[in-house]
Amino acid sequence: MRHLMNPLDFTVEELDTLFDLAVDIETYPAKYAHACEGRKLATCFYEPSTRTRLSFEAAMLNLGGQVLGFSDAGSSSASKGESVSDTIRIISCYADICAMRHPKEGAPMVAAERSGIPVINAGDGGHQHPTQTLTDLLTIRALKGRLGSFTIGLCGDLKFGRTVHSLINALIRYPDIHFIFISPPELKVPDYITDMLHDKGITYEEVIRLEDSISQLDLLYMTRVQRERFFNEEDYVRLKDFYILNKEKMKLAKKDMLVLHPLPRVNEISVEVDDDPRAVYFKQAKYGVYVRMALILTLLQSAGQPCNLCQ
Amino acid sequence: MLNVGKIEEGFVLDHIKAGKSLSIYHHLQLDKLDCTVAIIKNARSNKMCKKDILKVECDINTLNLDVLAFIDHNITVNVIKDGKIVDKKELVLPQEIRNVIKCRNPRCITSIEQELPHIFVLADEEKEIYRCKYCEEKASKSASAW
Repeated sequence: MRHLMNPLDFTVEELDTLFDLAVDIETYPAKYAHACEGRKLATCFYEPSTRTRLSFEAAMLNLGGQVLGFSDAGSSSASKGESVSDTIRIISCYADICAMRHPKEGAPMVAAERSGIPVINAGDGGHQHPTQTLTDLLTIRALKGRLGSFTIGLCGDLKFGRTVHSLINALIRYPDIHFIFISPPELKVPDYITDMLHDKGITYEEVIRLEDSISQLDLLYMTRVQRERFFNEEDYVRLKDFYILNKEKMKLAKKDMLVLHPLPRVNEISVEVDDDPRAVYFKQAKYGVYVRMALILTLLQSAGQPCNLCQ
Repeated sequence: MLNVGKIEEGFVLDHIKAGKSLSIYHHLQLDKLDCTVAIIKNARSNKMCKKDILKVECDINTLNLDVLAFIDHNITVNVIKDGKIVDKKELVLPQEIRNVIKCRNPRCITSIEQELPHIFVLADEEKEIYRCKYCEEKASKSASAW
């Protein structure tokens, strides 16, 4: 039985298979409409999330399965002091697969160690958010036609942004990628990541102004400065509007540069950019459902629960 | 000059940084073993000027010394049998250390989940970097006391 804690849990080849399955689901949705009939997904969300939870729920419903769960810690036994280890043991009796989001880093891994069903890390604090990474990779592969041989700019909160850390870790396995990290000095990418890039001989630049580097980019990955990651409100207020991508800046970009964003956005992308064909963040959300469908099928299969495919 | 008698079976941990022997005593959980232990502090040393020495009289199979390499791989481990040195153990960094240091990341699940062991995994052997198994926070030796 397999779990997904980190995007690196899957090899590049396994990811290719997963993405092929996601593309097949997108192309032939009817074939998978009853694939998980009689199966249940538990969504255990200890902190608020709309997109990720609904994306998981939509994925399971599209596969003909059912969904149960909770959407904040207050409505779960955690408010009574129940441990993650105990909760997952109980959930294993009710559901066939579990997607867990938790504010504490490593909580889904604790669940996976005690679980009788596959566990998917749906985000753990500032640590990992692997299904967002799978979504990002599938979007890039689908819209760019390749994973590798590009310059990617990551912009915004590169210090606390878990989607950024996960994406960098996943992308370094593909050839010929150049990173440009665009952030205020306070939100720079952590040293362990730049050390790792250095050790692996992967090229990167660190810059402050988006305007200075946008023309070099094949992909621009924007992120939100997240209030919940700050201990100090003053720092948050000072940094939250550091970057705003607008039409003017988009004029400096390549004609085929893609703009991605894990969403939700606040002010970092002006709504006037939404109509630009290079802005693909809403499409990205759609790919998120396909990749989660493929993941649910793959993990259920790994737990000895083959799915019913319509021919 | 202080004289401490020789041991029949056990370990002599030599070249411990002066003042660190008590911390090693705790890391090896010697307080939980029913055996004779001699802690020698600030012994004279040609190599280190001052050093600590620990002598532990015990069955040589009962003590797990893996954690020593994490604390200080310059420590010399002499294995004693029948009153003689029969082996000088080379310290190898353990792949995993359990409940030796605490994860200091306040966002880590180990900070709230009771009974969860604090496990650090060897992430980079060359740089001797350990990371928390759960949150991947880098281990800090300086505040490593359990």
